Amino acid sequence: MGEQHRPERPDTTSVPSGGIGRRTFLGYVVAASTLTVAAPLGETLLAPTEAAAAVPSVPGPSEIYDLNDMLTHAALPTANLITIRLDSDGTASFALPRAEVGQGITTSSAMLIAEELDLPLEKIRVTLADARPELLFNQLTGGSNTTISTYTPIRVAAAVARGRLLRAAALELGEALDALTAKAGVITSAVTGKSLTYGELAEKAASVATGQVSVTLKEPADFKVIGTARGRIDALEAVTGRKKFAMDVHVPGALPTMVCRPPTINGTVRSVENLDEVRAMPGITDAVRISTGVAVRGRTFGQCIDAVRALKATWGPGTAEDASDDTVRAELRKAELPLPALDLLTKSVDARFTFHFASNSALETNCAIADVREDSAEIWASLKSPITAQEDIATKLGLPVGAVKVHVTEGGGSFGRKLFYDAAAEAAEISKAMGKPVKLMWHRTDDFRQGRTHPMSTSRVRATYALGQVLTYDQRHTSVATDFGHGVGEIITAEAARLPVGDLTFSETVFTLTQQTPYDFGVVTQLLSETDKRFNTGSMRNIYSPNVRCAQELVVDELAKRMGKDPYRFRRACLKEERARAVLDKVAELAEWGRGMPAGTAQGIAVHPEYHAYVAVLAEIDCRPETTGREIPDAYTGPRVTKVVCAVDVGLAVNPRGLQAQMMGGIMDGIAITLSSGLHLTDGHFLEGSWDNYFYTRQWNTPPELEIVVMPPTTETPGGAGELAVAGAMAAVACAYGRATGTMPTTFPLNHGEPLGFEPLPTSPPIPASPTDGLSRAF
Amino acid sequence: MPEHTFILNGESVTVDIEDDVRLLWVLRDVLGVTGPKYGCGLGVCQACTSHINGKAFNPCSVPVKDLRPTDEVTTIEGLPATVGRELHPMQEAWLEYDVAQCGYCQPGQIMTAVAKVRQAREEGRDITEADLDEIRNVCRCGTYHRIREAIVAGARKY
Repeated sequence: MGEQHRPERPDTTSVPSGGIGRRTFLGYVVAASTLTVAAPLGETLLAPTEAAAAVPSVPGPSEIYDLNDMLTHAALPTANLITIRLDSDGTASFALPRAEVGQGITTSSAMLIAEELDLPLEKIRVTLADARPELLFNQLTGGSNTTISTYTPIRVAAAVARGRLLRAAALELGEALDALTAKAGVITSAVTGKSLTYGELAEKAASVATGQVSVTLKEPADFKVIGTARGRIDALEAVTGRKKFAMDVHVPGALPTMVCRPPTINGTVRSVENLDEVRAMPGITDAVRISTGVAVRGRTFGQCIDAVRALKATWGPGTAEDASDDTVRAELRKAELPLPALDLLTKSVDARFTFHFASNSALETNCAIADVREDSAEIWASLKSPITAQEDIATKLGLPVGAVKVHVTEGGGSFGRKLFYDAAAEAAEISKAMGKPVKLMWHRTDDFRQGRTHPMSTSRVRATYALGQVLTYDQRHTSVATDFGHGVGEIITAEAARLPVGDLTFSETVFTLTQQTPYDFGVVTQLLSETDKRFNTGSMRNIYSPNVRCAQELVVDELAKRMGKDPYRFRRACLKEERARAVLDKVAELAEWGRGMPAGTAQGIAVHPEYHAYVAVLAEIDCRPETTGREIPDAYTGPRVTKVVCAVDVGLAVNPRGLQAQMMGGIMDGIAITLSSGLHLTDGHFLEGSWDNYFYTRQWNTPPELEIVVMPPTTETPGGAGELAVAGAMAAVACAYGRATGTMPTTFPLNHGEPLGFEPLPTSPPIPASPTDGLSRAF
Repeated sequence: MPEHTFILNGESVTVDIEDDVRLLWVLRDVLGVTGPKYGCGLGVCQACTSHINGKAFNPCSVPVKDLRPTDEVTTIEGLPATVGRELHPMQEAWLEYDVAQCGYCQPGQIMTAVAKVRQAREEGRDITEADLDEIRNVCRCGTYHRIREAIVAGARKY
């Protein structure tokens, strides 16, 4: 998901106040027994004047949202606000209306609060908000947008709280406001030395009425928390096993539940022979036919696996019967948009790239808990679009939206997968059919074979050049349709409405809004066409960029080669923006671009701009036979990326340590999608069924040397980071491979055409039995 | 229903469950010990990695009937107690290097790390790059590099 060309955000505008150009915003103090403050999410309000009062309007399209609901919610003055509550134990609590799936947004949000509230990070509790339909499109986690969209609102709310606490302290101590200073959760008088803690003031600072307050935010030069490297606030829970994911949540009566799925993609159940027999199996309580297969519920997941394997069902055809990689690629060829006619005398680089299906499966498989009753339902799941999930599930259950409560749990990874709510919807259907609460978990094999995939695509590129200059660059990207049915955030609709893209499809709009060429390449066109809606697709840590930009960077290397230029210096000369040049220079310098390397090894360099941010990656790869021929049981070894140096400029990095973590993960993804991680489609189903079939980066593929440099702040606001590194890393690794082997790679992952590196699991029964030899493999 | 007895995190436990149910489900679904995670149930991803008598193993691949009453099973929850501390030094290293992202695989990663260090020590040597390359635990967030750093640092702490 991507987002660009964002109009100037309110907080980049200085509002003169007292003649010193500081930023003044409107927040709220909310009537409550303990201090509760709020700020509008989405359109952050700049205060017009000190006295002005305006209720924030509800933004965005309305058709998805019942008018009645909107009137109800609009009647509540603080309905679409985010709130922070101060408690008498001195802690501040905030329910973030986003999904934490590993990207570190609970930590960065806590840092924003710590900054403006002058409260230590460890006293800030950030949880994930339930689905809040009144937020409309403002509860979608995607497009690397969380920090961009919440940066100002969270700080405004925290600043309101700080102001209220200071005022309460002034009253309590009988002193003037300007004699007081707030530090680390304590307010101290410079005159008398007396002090009060936030905990002592939490109730005294509470308001009996809800009202608007204008606040001034800290200047970036005064930041003490923002921009400093911090560890994750949930790290202790993670390393002790106490962090609770959906399947760790205890809901009374919600027993383990699994689904027996068809052998081909989206196949249908025709009949089931032995439901009663399966219901009588040890531990099994229920077995019912549902729209996606046959669901079983029992005492343990182990017994559910046995029951799924014992079911005898007859299956109808799926949506992609007989489809294989070759048939899909042939369809993509047919759907390719034409490139402009070429003058025969013009020199050009012409290339066509194929990117195979890839799985966005996280380590936590699709899962959800559902408790559907006669007149209400409750759902627990990691959801990046909880409002869409809530509305859709309510519709399917025939319940009013308000009767469906959707709790967002901590997510065990997402990478695009959790934009969808497949498991939550399925769990609700099963719970309703069984009349009991269910804890639904997909088997790993299901997650690869029936779960969402990043669609197969091709990119056709033609670049013309003369006299050391690139004259034209044309790219036609053709993709199996990407499903955007998860609902859209304000991040895209807001932008789309402002651009002359009215006649484009939604996918084309997203493509237009996310793809760019960072180089001055004369006349540039980049177009998308999509075809084939038979597959369960979605984004995968970005939608188009890793593939589109990898193709482009490979062509850049080829152009440099044809024109006898150095790949780094050629890029440097063609880059449009100084920030892009700075990150490129940084990696070239740190990794000693051009240093002598043995034959069969090489460096590759690439730069990628997105979401107001820039990344450059320099990768070194080893393609020598002694490396590619490494033997590890049940593993793909292949070329090894031996070193990666990455430089990143996100404008302002709220948490540089978290940003480095995001870059590291993105680099591992880039290595995987370039070298080894793809799906093989054969006869309407994917062959991969385990992590020893789907070759995501493992330790033996990890670069032993990795350096990630966070550039000093270049702006006063943060850009997006979650997906940024994937495209840069994919391109750099592909370029390194091309330079090491002397051949530009054109099919990804590179190992896709090699003989299968594994024995495919059977499709019937759909899931394998667990091994029994675990003790003999203990080490 | 058959009874099975083993030692879990220092205490003897007895469960009534069919013989062939894999230990992972006995831990998670019957005993409510949720530190070991499900990532595949195939002995591949290593997310459920725990220790049996001090050795790393995958509870997803062991039928409960294979456990003897004297077998000591340690999950991430019981790891600190094995060194008599609030946190095992390897967990401290994980915090120091801020390894976790989503955190789902990390209990298994830490249990593997402790076993790898023990293995190297039994061979009278320090942990090497080759040892780190052997680790099979999947981390889909791609925290591999920090895992390597934390293991090397953690090994120096005890």
